[in-house]
Amino acid sequence: MAGPLDAMRDTRREWSINRARLIASLVGILLLMTVLVYRYYSLQIVQHDAFLTQSDRNRIRVEVIPPTRGQIVDRKGRLLATNQPTYVVGVIAERATDLSALTEELQDRLTLTEDELDAFKERLAQRRPFETVPIKVGLDDSALARVAVDLHQLPGVVVEAQLTRHYPFAELLSHVLGYVGRISLDDLEALDGDRYRGTLYTGKVGLEKRYEPLLHGQPGFQHVETNAHGRLLRVLEKQPPQSGQDLRLYLDLDLQRVAAEALGEQRGAVVALDPLNGGVLAMVSNPSYDANLFVEGISYSAYAVLRNSLDTPLLNRAVQGQYPPGSTVKPLLALGGLSRGFITPATIVRDPGWYRIPGDDRRYRDWTLRVRGGGHAEQVDMRMAIAESCDTYYYDLAFRMGIDTMADVLEPYGLGRATGVDTTGEQSGILPSTRWKREAMGEAWFPGETLSAGIGQGYMLATPLQLAQATMVLANRGTSFVPALVHRVGELTVGGVPREPLKLGEEDWEAVIAGMVDVVHSQRGTAASISRGMSYQMASKTGTSQVIGIAQDAIYEEEKVSERNRNHGLFIAFAPVENPRIVVAVIAENGGGSSAATPIARQVIDTWLNELSDV
Amino acid sequence: MSEYARYLDDSQQSFARPKTVAQWLHLDLMLLLPLCLIMGLGLLVLYSASDGDWDTVSRQLRNLIVGWGALLVVAQIRIDTIQRWSPVLYLFALGLLLMVLGFGVGAKGAQRWLSLGVIRFQPSELMKIAMPLAVAFWVVRSGLPPRLGVTVVALLIIAGPAAVIALQPDLGTALLVAASGAFVIFMAGISWWQIVAGILAALAAIWPAWLFVLRDYQKQRILTLFDPEADKLGAGWNIIQSKTAIGSGGWSGKGWMQGTQSHLDFLPESQTDFIIAVLAEEWGFRGVLCLLALYGLVVARGFWISLTAQNTYGRLLASAITLTFCVYIVVNMGMVAGLLPVVGVPLPFVSFGGTAIVTLMLGFGILTAISTEKRIISQ
Repeated sequence: MAGPLDAMRDTRREWSINRARLIASLVGILLLMTVLVYRYYSLQIVQHDAFLTQSDRNRIRVEVIPPTRGQIVDRKGRLLATNQPTYVVGVIAERATDLSALTEELQDRLTLTEDELDAFKERLAQRRPFETVPIKVGLDDSALARVAVDLHQLPGVVVEAQLTRHYPFAELLSHVLGYVGRISLDDLEALDGDRYRGTLYTGKVGLEKRYEPLLHGQPGFQHVETNAHGRLLRVLEKQPPQSGQDLRLYLDLDLQRVAAEALGEQRGAVVALDPLNGGVLAMVSNPSYDANLFVEGISYSAYAVLRNSLDTPLLNRAVQGQYPPGSTVKPLLALGGLSRGFITPATIVRDPGWYRIPGDDRRYRDWTLRVRGGGHAEQVDMRMAIAESCDTYYYDLAFRMGIDTMADVLEPYGLGRATGVDTTGEQSGILPSTRWKREAMGEAWFPGETLSAGIGQGYMLATPLQLAQATMVLANRGTSFVPALVHRVGELTVGGVPREPLKLGEEDWEAVIAGMVDVVHSQRGTAASISRGMSYQMASKTGTSQVIGIAQDAIYEEEKVSERNRNHGLFIAFAPVENPRIVVAVIAENGGGSSAATPIARQVIDTWLNELSDV
Repeated sequence: MSEYARYLDDSQQSFARPKTVAQWLHLDLMLLLPLCLIMGLGLLVLYSASDGDWDTVSRQLRNLIVGWGALLVVAQIRIDTIQRWSPVLYLFALGLLLMVLGFGVGAKGAQRWLSLGVIRFQPSELMKIAMPLAVAFWVVRSGLPPRLGVTVVALLIIAGPAAVIALQPDLGTALLVAASGAFVIFMAGISWWQIVAGILAALAAIWPAWLFVLRDYQKQRILTLFDPEADKLGAGWNIIQSKTAIGSGGWSGKGWMQGTQSHLDFLPESQTDFIIAVLAEEWGFRGVLCLLALYGLVVARGFWISLTAQNTYGRLLASAITLTFCVYIVVNMGMVAGLLPVVGVPLPFVSFGGTAIVTLMLGFGILTAISTEKRIISQ
């Protein structure tokens, strides 16, 4: 310590030094305080609005409320496609303390597949900040309870309820309804991003795809206040979503079931139309698949089984299966012959069981040659030629008409052209002509091919729906409608769009239909076997079409080969003959002959006319 | 006259017997009343920042009571006693700091605590008090202004503990400790060219410090200051959220207990270092001005005490304590407003935490002792 005398000597000077420095400090501090005050002034007064907005944006989040997808019901209002509550486990990456550890934890608890993990990582890379990224979707109540008891202890993990598409009748209706699936990157390019925020699914095939814009609806929004951990505290403002519109089908669930049961194990298709409006009453394609598998994403192996199956379960035979129509075109050709003057109902053809083009040695066989020989009769008229399906008669007619006239007269029935039915993937079949062959194959037409076409063989192909549509034209004596699955969208009727009517003489229609009535109701008719106990009159036509070939690279057993080389059985029919109320087309793949198809049609028509029809 | 009075023993001072309780307890009411108001305001803000948690508030109340106890004790000590024991206190604190380096207890990746069985104790806080005492002791010994040699030794006295604390690492405390010593040298009247040279030397030291001394998280904090948007959800989060809280308060604030930034957990450390953001959000700019005004009263009184202290040691000490108090305020409010890097400096008497309160109250105890001693003598 300094001595007191020393200190006394310097006191005055030290005091003045201290005072000067104090003043300097005071100035310094005032300067710093000014800077500080200015800073707070700048933040709180000058930039106040911007920061207020920022703080609101912090706590207020706009959430999208995805719309509820429209349901699909049958003609009696029974639910065919519904929405079921399921749960989604999602991750908010920004809230997770250690994302990779969390992912592993969830992988354990939720037994995630590699596919799910990859999809999660992909979505994670494209997320918006603080967005919930789904890692596992489609958990039902019990699955959720099993895995999620303490998910809330994992920061960053959220469980959200959502609606998932469900098809209660699975296989029975998969070909009619199609299915929805997860929105893929390709889908996103085609869809309106704003309308699909928060939506995970979109229609992939069938009605679900065709009516996607109407089924989807309009998303709603809500402004919610959340805390920094993303927990929702309250809803500030809400604009509810608009649900998608419901589809009401013409289809009758019971008739569909009867048709499917009648078909049983038989590969093939049944299409039933309402001739009064073209509505599809039933549409079965066998074999089928469970559309529910596709909603959450089918595994690659399960999909490979479906895709590679020789039975092609994914093919909707009713609109995508193309078959030679066989003798079912005969009534149509007869009408063409009548209208163009090639024949009259009284025209007689001699049938020895075969036909020979004048000046050519080759014999074209009638189907009777193989069965009993000798042809149908010495003299075959048009009515008999339909009822007994006389090939010789139509060889003669076809030879005289020529292929291009045939194409002209068959075209109004819709052969060779997609019907425009409201589903996806429809095939157009083939209506051959000289021009078609030149364009499609670059070859000239041979006269012999005209004869094949006369009995619906050769190049000619049609889908079961096309055959049903052609039958509708017959049933209505010229008028017809675009076949439609959907009757109403919401309150709006969309079905029953008329097609260009086919105007022919009334007596021509009745002459041909008389032949078609004989198919079942005369003793020698080709479908006479189903006439027993029938309480109404039906007009119909059988058909048998040859299987042309089988893909050479397909691998299958010897036994199956011969089975798959058997003929297809076809049958078209409408009933009752006067004021028809149902039109049916059936194809029994490799059924051997039309007898595989006729009982199926009978059962469908019986059920409709006797039990279900509301008329 | 005054120097003479200092050497009177108690019986001879009987003519100077105090009249009021405050005088009898050696309390400077002009200093301590604004302090009480700050503490009251601080408790209100803390209540809101803790989401209405009485437990937090009562713990803070206990901290304040302990602080007042410390102040009352220190206020009774005579300045020359403090002066005499300064070097001992300094060496004791330095010893403890070295012990912390050896076997301290870690918290949040830094070794700052010394565990004494039941209580844990931060020697660096003790150094905040011991530093100005020791430097003032050293500088006063040889008279003012200090010669160059004296200044160099004083700088070494400062640099030793500051370096040890920086190694813990606790940059905020190291700066406060160094500042409290440096203020004494400044007040002692070293020449301005020495000050300028010192500042230049400090600036020159930035580059090597960046390369060799600062840890990654410290560098990150400094970088964040310049561009908080670069890492919005990481290092920048705190500063973005605190600026948002302050700015959204506006002139009149969102109202007590109504701040969305703090109540919805967007604001981190809202009860401790970032509590000014809660006040700014809920009380607005006018609340900030009020608090600054109260701090201003305290600082002004501190300067007055320094100006009127009866000897050089008291003057140096009083101004160093007051200036250090200013550093707390400027650094804390500056860092929360995004002007300075984030270092662990609390807002005096508002931030939750016992250590800082006790340290500050020890300092104010010395201030009130200086203040009342001169008045006793002058009567």
